[in-house]
Amino acid sequence: MTTESAGAEPPSRGIDKAGIVIAGLLAAVALVLVYDANQIPATTMYGMGPQVMPVVIAIGLGILALANLIDAVRGNLPPRESADPVAVLLILAGLALLIAIIGFGGGFILATTALFVTTSAAFGRRDFVTDLVIGAVLTTLIYLAFDRLLTLSLPAGPLERLL
Amino acid sequence: MDTFAALAHGMAIAVQPMNLLYALIGVFLGTAVGVLPGIGPALTVALLLPVTYKLDPGGSLIMFAGIYYGGMYGGSTTAILINTPGESASMATALEGYKMAKAGRGGPALATSAIGSFVAGTIATIGLAFLSPYLVDIAVRFGPEDYFALMCVAFVTVSATFGDSPVRGLTSLFIGLTLGLVGIDKLTGQARLAFGVPELLDGVEVTTLAVGLFAVGEALYVASRRHHTEEKIEAVKGSLWMTREDWKRSWKPWLRGTAFGFPIGALPAGGAEIPTFLSYSTEKRLTKYPEQFGKGAIEGVAGPEAANNASAAGTLVPLLTLGLPTSATAAMMLAGFQQYGLNPGPLLFAERPDLVWGLIASLFIANTMLLVLNLPLVGLWVRLLKIPTPWLYAGILVFATMGTIAAKPSVVELSMLAGFGVLGFLMRRFDFPIAPVVVGLILGPIAESQLRRALAISLGDPMTLLQSPISATLLVVALIALIAPFILKGLGRFKANED
Repeated sequence: MTTESAGAEPPSRGIDKAGIVIAGLLAAVALVLVYDANQIPATTMYGMGPQVMPVVIAIGLGILALANLIDAVRGNLPPRESADPVAVLLILAGLALLIAIIGFGGGFILATTALFVTTSAAFGRRDFVTDLVIGAVLTTLIYLAFDRLLTLSLPAGPLERLL
Repeated sequence: MDTFAALAHGMAIAVQPMNLLYALIGVFLGTAVGVLPGIGPALTVALLLPVTYKLDPGGSLIMFAGIYYGGMYGGSTTAILINTPGESASMATALEGYKMAKAGRGGPALATSAIGSFVAGTIATIGLAFLSPYLVDIAVRFGPEDYFALMCVAFVTVSATFGDSPVRGLTSLFIGLTLGLVGIDKLTGQARLAFGVPELLDGVEVTTLAVGLFAVGEALYVASRRHHTEEKIEAVKGSLWMTREDWKRSWKPWLRGTAFGFPIGALPAGGAEIPTFLSYSTEKRLTKYPEQFGKGAIEGVAGPEAANNASAAGTLVPLLTLGLPTSATAAMMLAGFQQYGLNPGPLLFAERPDLVWGLIASLFIANTMLLVLNLPLVGLWVRLLKIPTPWLYAGILVFATMGTIAAKPSVVELSMLAGFGVLGFLMRRFDFPIAPVVVGLILGPIAESQLRRALAISLGDPMTLLQSPISATLLVVALIALIAPFILKGLGRFKANED
């Protein structure tokens, strides 16, 4: 994430570095598409095989990468305000925790409570104990409602087995 | 089929006690979720999909009808009371509605929006019921090449024609099309873009994408700029009811809004944005009280709200008759059909008339329930708005991940959800529209298989696309819709230079 001064930049001025990165990413995706399409064994049939559409979309992405690059060089991107990287990282850390806990069989309640606490911290709360209790109660209620009442199967860990 | 008989049959299905209960739950949940700031109708439907996993298709679609209208109504409540439209279609409502709420006229603003939505929704649903059979008759004559051309029109109009920047809109669309390629190719069984990951062979789930882009992306975005914004809820002061004067000033905008909303929604042009703003500017021009516009004119709420709801019912016309979603919400509805292996389109009208007409009849019922329920419950919705932001977004994320965990509790799927969240955050930050991604993902594979079917029938001759008059016409329309914004932009620049 690049850091800009808060919305001070007027549009149409200077080269927008983030815009160039976006253009580069689009071009990279186009290349991956072409590479992947070449891995598909050619099957002879009437009309088009499965490798045609990826190439068509790759060409489209290539053109759009160029168009985005022109916009970026001209500084035509809409102005944006400064972003708080800590908040974004906290939520992403919460998601990573959630994925890890689910992956290691820690169960739904533990995983989503972790996400609840980190997200509310990202929004500026520092009272972790209260948030932990609220998160645990909320996710336990959700677990009971969906797993037991609606019989969706949510992953069970040590806490769920106690219920 | 005789529309009246079909509709009466649908009504008979929809008023069965169990189905009435489903509609009621749908309306209630839809409003409750839709009222939360930052959650638009598309996300409401995506978040509530897991609730309907275990229901039979009929009951589930009826619940969807309720969720669809409920989510829309919830969105306008938020727009009026805290000036945070959950989606672009509520932006026009927020303009005058929030001013009315600030001036202590939040009650009448909510009332004119509820009654206007009811009037517009009812008229538009009647339109849907009577227009659909004709479109189905036309649609059965469509060959695969015609379908492909029609989808090209939808791609272009959804992404390029009406957005701020055609380049950014098309970029979003192509991201969606790329995601649509992932998985096993249905015609040959070859894996594409799966990179040896078994979970990717099934393709990208529409719900995972939508929830990631809308819910996780929105939470990241709001968190990243929480120092810039301060939301203030306007209390609903004074009477909830509209005065005789309010009624007199509202009924014409309701009807005009409906007249804008339904046809534009029914065209495969996508989005309720255009009709709502058309309605807003029309009311501004026709009003007897121009001095009130910008300060809380009731016409400015009544018209756009009616247009919004009418166009929402309008988008169901191409969705049900052609299987063509033209908005993110319609794409989510299509995903709802697909989870039961149902493909909307002319065939569904012939094979499952009970389902289609039951759904259409439920729209009437959901609409009526909203009117009866929501004005008395407005106090409850306002209380929902008062949840502190940290807990609100933490709760939204818990609920959002729950949907994915319930559907596919795998590390890969959850990582995709997080990845789409980052994508959604970046797209918001750099002002790329999000709906074209969802539409591209769901419509891309369908368009590809139609094109390949057409080419297989013509033995590989691409001229088949131009030999069918329907397809040729539609492709020309798509081309014009693609080029027009660039030319108009050029003209605008030319004019600006002259000044």
